[in-house]
Amino acid sequence: MFNVPDEHGRFGKFGGKYVPETLMNALVELEEAYKHYSQDQDFQDEIRYLLKQYSGRPTSLYYAERLSEHLGGAKIYLKREDLNHTGAHKINNTIGQGVLAKRMGKKKVIAETGAGQHGVASATVAALLGLECKVFMGEEDMKRQQLNVFRMNLLGAEVIPATSGTRTLKDAGNETLRYWVSNVHDTYYILGSVVGPHPYPMMVRDFQRIIGEEARKQIIEAEGKLPDTVIACVGGGSNAIGIFYPFVNDFSVKLIGVEASGKGVDTDEHAATMTKGTHGVFQGSMSYLLQDEFGQVQPAHSISAGLDYPGVGPEHSYLKDSKRAEYFPITDEEALEALKLLSKTEGIIPALESAHAIAQTIKVAPTMNKDQVIVVSLSGRGDKDVESIMQYLGGKNHESH
Amino acid sequence: MNLIDQKFLELKEQNKTALIPFLTMGDPDVETSVEIIKELQAAGADIIELGVPYSDPLADGPVIQRASLRALQHNINIHSCLEIASKARQEEVSLPFILFTYYNPVLQFGLESFFEKLRENEISGVIIPDLPIEEDEQVRQLSERYGIHLVPLVAPTSNDRITKISKKAAGFVYCVSSLGVTGVRSSFYDGIDDFISLVKQSTDLPVAVGFGISTNEQFNTFSKICDGVVVGSAIVRKIEEQLPLLQSQDTKAKGLLQIREFVAQLKE
Ligand SMILES: Cc1ncc(COP(=O)(O)O)c(C=O)c1O
Repeated sequence: MFNVPDEHGRFGKFGGKYVPETLMNALVELEEAYKHYSQDQDFQDEIRYLLKQYSGRPTSLYYAERLSEHLGGAKIYLKREDLNHTGAHKINNTIGQGVLAKRMGKKKVIAETGAGQHGVASATVAALLGLECKVFMGEEDMKRQQLNVFRMNLLGAEVIPATSGTRTLKDAGNETLRYWVSNVHDTYYILGSVVGPHPYPMMVRDFQRIIGEEARKQIIEAEGKLPDTVIACVGGGSNAIGIFYPFVNDFSVKLIGVEASGKGVDTDEHAATMTKGTHGVFQGSMSYLLQDEFGQVQPAHSISAGLDYPGVGPEHSYLKDSKRAEYFPITDEEALEALKLLSKTEGIIPALESAHAIAQTIKVAPTMNKDQVIVVSLSGRGDKDVESIMQYLGGKNHESH
Repeated sequence: MNLIDQKFLELKEQNKTALIPFLTMGDPDVETSVEIIKELQAAGADIIELGVPYSDPLADGPVIQRASLRALQHNINIHSCLEIASKARQEEVSLPFILFTYYNPVLQFGLESFFEKLRENEISGVIIPDLPIEEDEQVRQLSERYGIHLVPLVAPTSNDRITKISKKAAGFVYCVSSLGVTGVRSSFYDGIDDFISLVKQSTDLPVAVGFGISTNEQFNTFSKICDGVVVGSAIVRKIEEQLPLLQSQDTKAKGLLQIREFVAQLKE
């Protein structure tokens, strides 16, 4: 049985709390508040209400018949997180943490963002709950995702460029933590994935596990049985843990995480943390990490800004090392092909992140029987990516990195 | 006896406060760092804090971030940092050294070999800003075995953690002067005096303060309530300003002198 983390926030050897002393008290406070409210019916009801009436849950589990036929193997179901308000699974978490922040009496929230999806979801919830919101975003990513910057501004959030390091998601994370160190007395940090110091990996998982809880019920209704395989893309790993978690103790269900290998795992330009990384401590927890022999963190690369991250959540490292889940790399090219195929066969344009999960499905489905079932987490819709896809397919050098 | 303890004893007898300058090693290169350390000794420093450059320095502000980036661009790693310490010793720097490093480079080095190397290179203490007491068990045991002080940070937000931290401390207790990352600042945490006296009550060890201290006036103010004062970003910034001079053999001496004079006046 898998029952993690322990009270120290450990998933086996992974996880923990590796942060400057100034933040320790805030993390302890957060842990206590979360422990308290997770047992509080009123708190749970408010979250359920918003997930349903505001975000539109439950999201459907859609049988992708034409895609399944095209691939000629297993039946493929898509868990449609793209149908959430703001277009991705990220809002499940920001609703949870936003309501928690409010209950804790914090009036200001901060968030880091890569592609802008988590930033938009945070700004949205801040507007909804009347909180002041600052979003830190790498200067590079602000250029790649101008539309999302504008969107956050419309929602009343201030977007602050992170100008340190590689000016992408990892540095936005660093800047948010630094800002939090200085403003910890009145500011709540809405972290966007199952990464960072305890209790974030556990808490974000708990807010995202609704994906898997719904999917498990829906697939049993549709097929009368559990799926054979569940597939999800992994950046920090929140949509993947969300859909994996309720299946973790169903040992017949194969769990497959898909990471971005950019231009290839044998180049310097990838984000294949599981395939190429080693154990290390990064942004508050012990996990797999892309690093050099001296422990310096290596820059990642992916066409998808949401997967362009040199770390990964500690629970995934635990699932990998205990062999409960497997992780496979998908290149930029493969993701784009998958995006085109899903668009043409099903009329669904997936987010570039989710296209990685589709690409792995394209590899796996044909090796399976027609009576076998795959559930794929379609974590987000592709609207935010259309401009960069256009540039990429138009032959221009895309600006991803 | 550990050099840090010896130094604080000496200073106590003379009723003096330790000046603890910080530099990012390898900014701009190995040789210049050795020369800067010699200048710091000449300027009247008591203990030297040697910063290992890191790609993701969470506890540091822009000045030290930039210095780390410059050092890393010159391929400085933890081995070259140890080399800097040992070269400085060979060139007659007798002050106690404390290594300041984030945890991941230590972890990749291997915990046991790390402490072996610290001892071999006569480094008396280590500060790991992202290793709170909850996570430091193994490191602390090794540090004790090798006779190297694991110096902890306490923050104005530490509250009832202060006693827990002090109990495990070695060498001295390092008080963070403000809520925030490193960087020069003109004002400190409002309750700083109370905070420091709380820390003093919690331990018999010397108590030092740091983060944001940059002037002679601030040094003197904190001297009245502390046993040691760390000056980091102000010195790293001074080094940054002198980079054009330091990078040419003709003007290097002039640049080094500026750094020495800046550090000397802090204590006047
Ligand atoms: C649509 C979508 N899917 C996946 C991710 C990756 O995050 P995670 O691995 O936490 O699900 C992102 C992140 O921005 C995203 O926007």
